[in-house]
Amino acid sequence: MNPGLTLEHFFMLTGLFMAAVAFGIARNPDHPRRWGSTVFWLVLAIVIGAGKSLPHELVGWLVLAMGTLVATKQVAVPEFSANGAEREAKAARLGNRVLWPILVVPVLAIAGSFVVGSQVALGIGCLAGLATALWVTKDTPAAPMKEGGRLLELLGWTIILPQSLAGLGGIFAKAGVGEEVAKIVAATLPVSHPLVAVIAYCGGMVIFTVMMGNAFAAFPIMTLGVGLPFIVNANGGDAAIMGALGMLSGYCGTLVTPMAANFNLVPVRLLELKDDWAVIKAQAPFAAAIWIFNVVVMYACVYRF
Amino acid sequence: MIKLIGILLVAVGFGFRVNALVVVLAAGLATGLAAGFSLREVVAMMGRFFVENRGLVLPIVLMLPVVGLLEKHGLQERIATLMRRARAATAGRIYWLYQALRGGLSVLGISLGSHAGMVRPLIVPMGEAAAKARGELSEATRERVRAHGAASENVGNFFSDDILVAVGALLLVKSVFDNAGVPVTLEQIKLWSVPTALWVLVIGWWRYRALDRWLAKRKDGDK
Repeated sequence: MNPGLTLEHFFMLTGLFMAAVAFGIARNPDHPRRWGSTVFWLVLAIVIGAGKSLPHELVGWLVLAMGTLVATKQVAVPEFSANGAEREAKAARLGNRVLWPILVVPVLAIAGSFVVGSQVALGIGCLAGLATALWVTKDTPAAPMKEGGRLLELLGWTIILPQSLAGLGGIFAKAGVGEEVAKIVAATLPVSHPLVAVIAYCGGMVIFTVMMGNAFAAFPIMTLGVGLPFIVNANGGDAAIMGALGMLSGYCGTLVTPMAANFNLVPVRLLELKDDWAVIKAQAPFAAAIWIFNVVVMYACVYRF
Repeated sequence: MIKLIGILLVAVGFGFRVNALVVVLAAGLATGLAAGFSLREVVAMMGRFFVENRGLVLPIVLMLPVVGLLEKHGLQERIATLMRRARAATAGRIYWLYQALRGGLSVLGISLGSHAGMVRPLIVPMGEAAAKARGELSEATRERVRAHGAASENVGNFFSDDILVAVGALLLVKSVFDNAGVPVTLEQIKLWSVPTALWVLVIGWWRYRALDRWLAKRKDGDK
């Protein structure tokens, strides 16, 4: 069932797109941070497009170079003009056809995921969506590059935070940071008390997820360091109940951390919000209500079943 | 103890609202060095994890040209026209439905969309247009309506993916227990994920009703 199309092809395509964005910036003398932004997108194009064939150390240095450009504010987004009246007229002409491509993507991605891998299927879905969009709008192929590039520039550095965070998580794991933290929690809190153990475990899941941006990274650390020794071994709690609700508590942390860039910062940029914390603020009451529920259910059930 | 320097850096960086990318890279470097790896080893580790996780950008970046092109041709304006006809639609109801649909499909292991694929092109324009149909929106109100749209995607996405189909989270929980020698079945973990998934729907209903009420009461666009 391998059509010869792999994820690598989509990485190359993405790299080419990013390189095109970089050249577009280089040719734009009005860009507020012309050369810094050009280098940023060009470097990212190389790392994404050819990352697999480059030595890891080189990729690491390139990532640090991008980080330096961001830290010194050499990457910026130009002002884009919007023409509302023109869009209104086009919308009236196209009618509901303008919605089709948006629906083509998930339909193909979902159907395709039963045949090829889900990421490849999504890639195919996006290309089919693009083809449909070009057909419906009768626009030139340069238009989606330009409009997509505009959106890509809006995203800026948030696009590489998740991968960088994966690196931080990996280094934390190799350095044994989690074990150290779990030891401190166990030594400072009276975790042998059943309720304290539940709160420390669920609370630790939140705090660790907030720090690392990823509940998956927090789960093994808190479970091995606090959950298993104190909830299961010391107090006879049920491991399945603890694990399920522990993971769901971690997600409450994901809702409130800017480290989870894909979920909390990317939409801020995509929706052109001024407040970087806007999405997190909208989600904070969700996180609190869901976390408390998890703790209550865990305490009520984990020692009983 | 010195290994914890990375956590300290993250916490301080948060406190002073330093750019998150810079904080993450600095914390990674500091932790790796503190744990006794050489600089070149740490940088190589960063590179390896970066390359291994490139897949995270694909669903976002590949979607951008499609969304950009359609928006140039009036996607948001079209949605606004449709929403003006749907009188029963409010921002809160749309978001609640989307959250429920996203969660429901995710139970089946199907990922409906993302911020780039659904929220920016479809869900937020729908919510915004529905809110607008009841009076002009100030900038601050608009931001709030948009942010809630992003929240409906995240909340719908997170809390129901380990109920039926064994995907990432479920397998991770199981493998951690397996490695620790604790007997746990997938069925047990799935079962105990159900109450929270239902609770999330209730909380969604409460939050989005609060959004609708706030929109109905606000003073900025009473015309």
